[in-house]
Amino acid sequence: MTFIKQTQNNQDLTFECETGNYHTFCPISCVSWLYQKIEDSFFLVIGTKTCGYFLQNAMGVMIFAEPRYAMAELEEGDISAQLNDYEELKRLCLQIKQDRQPSVIFWIGTCTTEIIKMDLEGIAPKLESEINIPIVVARANGLDYAFTQGEDTVLAALAHRCPKKEQVNMSISQKHEPLIIFGSLPNSVAKQLTLDLESQGIHVTGWLPSSNYIDLPIINSGNYVVGVNPFLSRTATTLMRRRKTKLIVAPFPIGPDGTSAWIEKICNVLNLKPKGIKQREKKIWSSLIEYTELLKGKSVFFMGDNLLEVSLARFLIACGMVVYEIGIPYMDKRYQKAELDLLEKTCIKMDVMMPKIVEKPDNYNQLDRIKDLKPDLVITGMAHANPLEARGVNTKWSVEFTFSPIHGFTNSRDVLELVTRPLRRNSSLPNLDFVEKI
Amino acid sequence: MKLAYWMYAGPAHIGTLRIASSFNNVHAIMHAPLGDDYFVNVMKSMLERDRDFAPVTASVVDRHVLARGSQEKVINNITRKDQEEKPDLVVLTPTCTSSILQEDLKNFVDRASFDSLADIILADVNHYRVNELQASDKTLLQIVSFYLEKAKSSDQLKILKTRKPSVNIIGTVSLGFHNHHDLLELKRLFLDLDIQINLVIPDGISVHELKKIPQAWFNFIPYREVGGLTASYLKQDFNMPFVDIVPMGILQISKCIHAIQEILIDLGNSVDYSSYIKNQTQFVSQSAWFSRSIDCQNLTGKKAVVFGDATHASAITKILSSEMSIKVVWSGTYCINDAVWFKEQVQDHCDQVVISDDHTLVADLIAETDPNAIFGTQMERHIGKRLNIPCGVISSPVHIQNFPLSYRPFLGYEGTNQIADLIYNSFTLGMEDHLLEIFGGHDTSDSKNSTLSSISSDLWVDEALEELTKIPGFVRNKIKKNTEKFAHENNLKQITLETMYLAKEANQS
Repeated sequence: MTFIKQTQNNQDLTFECETGNYHTFCPISCVSWLYQKIEDSFFLVIGTKTCGYFLQNAMGVMIFAEPRYAMAELEEGDISAQLNDYEELKRLCLQIKQDRQPSVIFWIGTCTTEIIKMDLEGIAPKLESEINIPIVVARANGLDYAFTQGEDTVLAALAHRCPKKEQVNMSISQKHEPLIIFGSLPNSVAKQLTLDLESQGIHVTGWLPSSNYIDLPIINSGNYVVGVNPFLSRTATTLMRRRKTKLIVAPFPIGPDGTSAWIEKICNVLNLKPKGIKQREKKIWSSLIEYTELLKGKSVFFMGDNLLEVSLARFLIACGMVVYEIGIPYMDKRYQKAELDLLEKTCIKMDVMMPKIVEKPDNYNQLDRIKDLKPDLVITGMAHANPLEARGVNTKWSVEFTFSPIHGFTNSRDVLELVTRPLRRNSSLPNLDFVEKI
Repeated sequence: MKLAYWMYAGPAHIGTLRIASSFNNVHAIMHAPLGDDYFVNVMKSMLERDRDFAPVTASVVDRHVLARGSQEKVINNITRKDQEEKPDLVVLTPTCTSSILQEDLKNFVDRASFDSLADIILADVNHYRVNELQASDKTLLQIVSFYLEKAKSSDQLKILKTRKPSVNIIGTVSLGFHNHHDLLELKRLFLDLDIQINLVIPDGISVHELKKIPQAWFNFIPYREVGGLTASYLKQDFNMPFVDIVPMGILQISKCIHAIQEILIDLGNSVDYSSYIKNQTQFVSQSAWFSRSIDCQNLTGKKAVVFGDATHASAITKILSSEMSIKVVWSGTYCINDAVWFKEQVQDHCDQVVISDDHTLVADLIAETDPNAIFGTQMERHIGKRLNIPCGVISSPVHIQNFPLSYRPFLGYEGTNQIADLIYNSFTLGMEDHLLEIFGGHDTSDSKNSTLSSISSDLWVDEALEELTKIPGFVRNKIKKNTEKFAHENNLKQITLETMYLAKEANQS
């Protein structure tokens, strides 16, 4: 059992904001999972060599599998407007149409297109009608967004494309307003969540995104929408303001506690009585006992880079861990309201200190705090993982949480599998001290 | 605009950062949007498994910077790092995004210099004209000349030559392909030649040591991509001779040592390295003997293609053709800026020279050539996988497996052993090859399309099945597949011994 250092006894969640000097992935990385999710799409990232090099390295071996993405690499002539943006994009998109025949082309705007003020939103509709393929523009750039927020910009743009229809028949079995779930999840995970809701008598009208562009869900005003991921605030805003839907603000279905709260909240809003959710949650918890035993009383520090931090911290506190700090790139207190409330409730229930939430963290200062606090686990990006390990600090690479299935009851185990890995490594290599760097 | 899926050389700032992070106690500050610090931070920590935090910070360009300019932000970041880390030098590094903003970064550098103990320079590279490799060459020159000029003006330059012959090794950098192993091997080589190593630049040295550069008798540039500009500058301004023959492969090493010998003789130190070269070639390197052995004999006339950076692609091409009698059908590089040199190096050693940075063109060429083995980058390795052609990785860009823990130099005499192993292991082993010839030849491209599974063994009559089990394990599946495919194509309901032989014949024709 590790000694827990009680820094201060916070009664409430505290929010801080630092300098924003932190390490994270560029939001264009969303291309790597979205092109796989939306199977008939093609992603064209309009940027420079820097963007291309990042994607090429961040995607690892995926890049060799002929991905449905490419760079429109800007050259000097594009920057100085010696070349015509419209003509250039038309040439590339025609080539893509010919080679890959996608149902939709996404243009991902980057820092460079922002700075030179390339009018992607203006060019797209014209070109769309000329070459006869839908073109969706998302500005996922490092000037404005971090990592997973890239998906948010793409889904927000996609929300405009969802068809609208006259409500002809409030279908037979339908006892509630249509419900659309937003957030990109692997198909198997989406299926699991859909089934969980169905067992409560809730019919999921559709998912944004769907696994094909041509199957985008119908969204009408007055429909309910609910998010599965904490980084989708723009999408939520767009669905509310532009599509006139009603947002169900719920905790996110990460961990058994989150999943059951998510389902319960949806039931409540739709005026359905939740059936057997608590028992289901209990059962999942009891199946996780070998992991929670390992985690109990251990401390964790989130450096912050993918916006999943609050939900993960809440789940880990429910597992018996103590969270010192939740670093997070951006905190939308309205969209994450229910999640923050649940975090607070969980802290009280588990009788642990309220963690400090640090928005736009400063990695340098954080390393200082880590040195002082000596947490049992630091969840961080790859840039700091090896140097921290060399200093005897256990780390878990945060990006893995983005790429692994972590949602729903069934995948709670996967989250803990990731979190406990360094701890299990330590117990199987008890003499690990020999590599530590003082 | 250019449609691009893959690039061989990275953007310019990567080159600058690789140089900066190679020095000891030099900090780079990138003027860049969030996420651009990916490469050096992550790659250094991951690929090189570095135990220290990468000395790179971003001065983040965000919306506010777009609206109002960086104002004090860059300066504050520089002075903050100056206090926190106490670096000797801060290199302010623009990125392709920030260079369009056209902020007066030079002005920031000047102003930050007042408040900082560290020296501060602005990396001077055009992001839309040079790539990673060219930028690293330029940045190295920039730092070296900055410190030599500085020493000159404060009369601290050490120009007195060392008593014994000495050398500066210039151009081993972080994230370079097997650079650290190469460096050890070079140190060993110079120790053997009784030449002192004055400085290794930039790998692990302090910028304050740079003033000692002129003390060396000559400079040594092991790689074509980085260090050439610095060597020319030192030749011009300090009259220092240099050797830039890549010591990769027996013949090249010998040429390189002879060039060193000539320089030393010119400088009045008469040395004769011929017996050393002879001894090393015969006893330390196994590669010369390998060329003579029957293993290598089996490689005679095999077809290979080579692609990579100028240094490695040219050297490997020469080794294949002059030391192993392998036929290099074409040899190519993505270092377009160095095309003339590359052509001159390899044109007598291959049928065709390819200069391109388009991987689809390279892939098409490989498919068209259908070589027995490929020597290239990670991209060619994956092309090879698709086409079922073995590939030895000889050049960047690379993956984590190309940062091996064990000692794997490419340069020097130990390097020749490593390369011989790499080449030999890449070709189908001689015996296996022989057996394949006997039982059905290479039809890798066809068999990929075959959907026959291995469960269909009820086709086989006992006699044939027994014959099949006699075939050595590692080729058995292939022969089984070939035979089944043959039976399928000819609508045979059963596979007998006869079918096997017919299939073999059909495959040979």
